[in-house]
Amino acid sequence: MIPVTLLTGFLGSGKTTLLQRMLGDPAMAGTAVLINEYGEVALDHHLLERIDETVMLMKSGCICCTVRGEVAQSILDLIALRGQGRAAFDRIVIETTGLADPWPVLSTLRAHPVLQSQVRAGGVITTVDAVNAPAMLSGATRREALRQIAAADVLALTKTDLAPAPGLPLQLAALNPTARMLDARTDPVAEIALAAREGRQVPPLETHHDHGAGLTSTTMVFEEEIDWTAFGVWLTLLLNRHGDRILRVKGILNLKGEERPVAIHGVQRLVHPPHHMTDWPDQDRRSRLVFIMEGIEPSLLRRSFDLFQKIGQRQETTS
Amino acid sequence: MCALCGILGCDDHWTAAVAREGVYSRLTSPQAHRAEAAARARVVNRALAPLRITFGDWQKRSYVLRGPTGKTAIFEGLNHLWAEAEALAGREIDPLDPAYLDRLEG
Repeated sequence: MIPVTLLTGFLGSGKTTLLQRMLGDPAMAGTAVLINEYGEVALDHHLLERIDETVMLMKSGCICCTVRGEVAQSILDLIALRGQGRAAFDRIVIETTGLADPWPVLSTLRAHPVLQSQVRAGGVITTVDAVNAPAMLSGATRREALRQIAAADVLALTKTDLAPAPGLPLQLAALNPTARMLDARTDPVAEIALAAREGRQVPPLETHHDHGAGLTSTTMVFEEEIDWTAFGVWLTLLLNRHGDRILRVKGILNLKGEERPVAIHGVQRLVHPPHHMTDWPDQDRRSRLVFIMEGIEPSLLRRSFDLFQKIGQRQETTS
Repeated sequence: MCALCGILGCDDHWTAAVAREGVYSRLTSPQAHRAEAAARARVVNRALAPLRITFGDWQKRSYVLRGPTGKTAIFEGLNHLWAEAEALAGREIDPLDPAYLDRLEG
């Protein structure tokens, strides 16, 4: 399966610059690129030095609301070119418009009947302009910016050579404690891409940040082993009703009856196939789940989780 | 094919992922498949009990929900379970609603 990495970030936050670095790095040879731009005149693809059949431009509008079919078709076109021997690549990067919400694209990859057997999610890289991010996060575009930051597996800081905003890394770590933070200018691009693909940063044990305007990131830690079936029923029910307010869920679970941990990874209503990890990252065997959410009270979330686990245990003892 | 949206193959829900390398799945054999389906049905039925809705499978190929008046909904794919249940209940099913949790707890 071909990994598809989403490169997102706000307007002017340095997505194309990072993409140029990626395409210029021999370690990233074999990367096909899809570019989506908002507006009739597309510019970004002219800024990329390598223009060939592995760089495709999607023509219309903002990726999150109009081109889901086009995203799918463009990937299928790339795969067809590869099948014909006209393009050689083993990974795809999609550069989104600055206003895009990453979730619909991830959902397209996961739900499309053909794509789901051809590609897999290769992580989300969100570029964050180190100088202007605080303005983005407090202005009218706050909601879109927060969604992009929350969806990230890697937060790639750009423009770090210009006086970065003090305290920004701490602010970002509080917004998305599950993402790795790398420097888009100086860190190796292959490392940035790999970190996004792996996307398996172990969630921290202690997190509770209230970011104002109802945005919260919180970590729930569980001493008891988790009942997988009850967990699955609970999370699907929760995301059905509150998926638009749960920007991110990520966790590592100690499941009843399993030696190895299982990693859970979701963006809004989309949950990736659970990853069966080869081993525990350390001695701590407690399950932990990080939620980044808007307007949801963490204590209520915990009560709901615990109740469904109790139901799972009860069903088990009576079956 | 999904009865709601016409999408083919939409039943690869993350809770019922096809067993493959690196992916956690309990569907490793027909017996395990049946055991997991039965366990899931027990938990879902408990979650739907406050709404007097029951959940089961239909000829082992689809899922079926039955409401208190006998009205049924048949669907393919767990993706649609809660949307169908809410349509049948005529209201939202909110796992963060304290009143719903109280009824579930009782």
